[in-house]
Amino acid sequence: MTTAAHSAIALQADAVRASLGSGAGKTAVLHGVSLGLVAGQWTSIVGPNGAGKSTLLKVLAGVLPHTGTVSLLGHPIHDLPHRVRARQLAWLGQNETSADDLTVWDVAMLGRLPHQAWLAPPSAADHAAVESALRATQAWDWRCRSLGQLSGGERQRVLLARALAVQAQVLLMDEPLANLDPPHQSDWLAVVQALVTRGTTVVSVLHEISMALHADRVVVMAKGQVTHHGASADPATHQALVNVFDQRIAIHTIDGQWVALPCTSGGSR
Amino acid sequence: MMQGRVAWMVFACVLGALGLAVLGICVGSVGFENVMRPLLSPELDPQGTALAQQIVWEIRLPRTLGAWAAGALLGLAGAVAQGVFRNPLADPYLLGSAAGASLGVALALAVLGGSAGMLGGSMMQSGVAVSVFSSNLMVRLGLTGAAFVGAVLAVLLTLALSSGVGHTLRLLLAGVVVGVVLGAMTHLVLLLSPDSLQAMQAFMLGSTAFVGWTAVGLMALVWLVCAVAAWLLARVLDGLSLGDATALSLGLPVAPMRAALVAVLALATGTAVAQTGLIAFVGLAAPHLVRSVVKTTHGPLMLLASLVGGVLLLAADILARGLIAPQELPVGVLTAVLGGGYLLWLMHRGPARAGAAT
Repeated sequence: MTTAAHSAIALQADAVRASLGSGAGKTAVLHGVSLGLVAGQWTSIVGPNGAGKSTLLKVLAGVLPHTGTVSLLGHPIHDLPHRVRARQLAWLGQNETSADDLTVWDVAMLGRLPHQAWLAPPSAADHAAVESALRATQAWDWRCRSLGQLSGGERQRVLLARALAVQAQVLLMDEPLANLDPPHQSDWLAVVQALVTRGTTVVSVLHEISMALHADRVVVMAKGQVTHHGASADPATHQALVNVFDQRIAIHTIDGQWVALPCTSGGSR
Repeated sequence: MMQGRVAWMVFACVLGALGLAVLGICVGSVGFENVMRPLLSPELDPQGTALAQQIVWEIRLPRTLGAWAAGALLGLAGAVAQGVFRNPLADPYLLGSAAGASLGVALALAVLGGSAGMLGGSMMQSGVAVSVFSSNLMVRLGLTGAAFVGAVLAVLLTLALSSGVGHTLRLLLAGVVVGVVLGAMTHLVLLLSPDSLQAMQAFMLGSTAFVGWTAVGLMALVWLVCAVAAWLLARVLDGLSLGDATALSLGLPVAPMRAALVAVLALATGTAVAQTGLIAFVGLAAPHLVRSVVKTTHGPLMLLASLVGGVLLLAADILARGLIAPQELPVGVLTAVLGGGYLLWLMHRGPARAGAAT
């Protein structure tokens, strides 16, 4: 392997195992996952429910205990100081917030914590980053409202803005399209494409297979393991997707876009 | 604009506290009386002035400041608890920390039993033992220390029973269980050492009647330490409101900071409980009152909740003194009734608000 090839990998997982729960209720979720995610590209992780997608994303973000190694931009993630890691990698989770009393602006500003000295007030750069993130997700107009006053989709856009405000080189998103209506799904797509153009590495766990096929690369997971990792345009990737969903989806091209449609019990229509 | 509202609220709280403090100096066992007049114009009645000075300086002023300080500690503890456990129903009482603190005090009294006579038993008067309210610094420190240890252990027990803070319902249930069990243990300790029973009774009802200057000084010092610590840790609470994993992903050292916040919670609760006994609902209501006026981050929220807690308890204390004068209600009984009513109203309003938001 050359150094150049190494530098092209933003996130590398080797023989990663992880469990959820504790004590007697502990369940192994990841069974030795090895994966290299290419820098400056958008990778989507797809698979059936319970495949371990969100768990893998948490492990890659360094927020879940695991065995095996994860490297971020060439450094073992656990050797990096927390704040350095937090500046390089942003993670957007699913529905974990209880910040109903914080304003939209305050929530987005939390994304700047890794950049701020303890107790230091936000700098001009922090203000600019938060404003551009809120504008990118069309949440700017509600910046003075509290999160509790927003609908599910609106909250999701604010939380996305929080992750964007970090301005990290690597952005991991778990179900970022949850609660978003179709126009805001395409806005999200535009945001991701703009990030990738600027060289950001984007990794997203998605249930919307058609959206996932917009990514540069697709990782297919089942039962805690990666069953396929390839370019989204590759027919082998499409076949892996059809297989992982028990032949119950079919992938078609409509207007030059890949679209995954569910098959009825009688087969594809 | 939120900063403006925060500043406005701080101003209102300070003004309210000052106004209530003046009222608190004037309200005593004979109801409202104008002690300001003899104090401000001593030439009219020198003897009355001396008496008024003594009443104000030795009884009413420390009691008034003590009520404010205890309320401020409880308000702060409530805001910390609600932030660190990400639960709007968390308060020093619902998590068992107050029950732990009172068990600590009961145990300390039982152990001190022999010396209680020396420390305060001799001050027994009109059926109320004041040993638990002794103004001796060592006794105060000892009781505060015992209350602190009790509070920490109770919170840890609650956390162990609920296996972390992830499950709201389990956490509250564990808090209730710990509160009941430790309450029963407190009664058992009192049963086994009847000497401390009378002293503890006034204590269990919650009272500011015996707060002296030592207790005021101790509470003021602890309030300062806790307020500074809470301010330093406020960002962790903001981060935690997005969930543990997000806080970790933002580079916040979640585990040690949470432990530090639990220590702040226990110290504030333990100190307040050791001086004034069990005063319910101030810690729960104060942060909610703040949130109903201003939506802000945890730094200003905790400061404001503390100031509001001080005003609430000071107001309740004056009411408790004046309501059935010359007798006096234990202030804890009053806050329980008022706070319980507020909580019911909050629960009643909750679904209506949620319905309006959708």
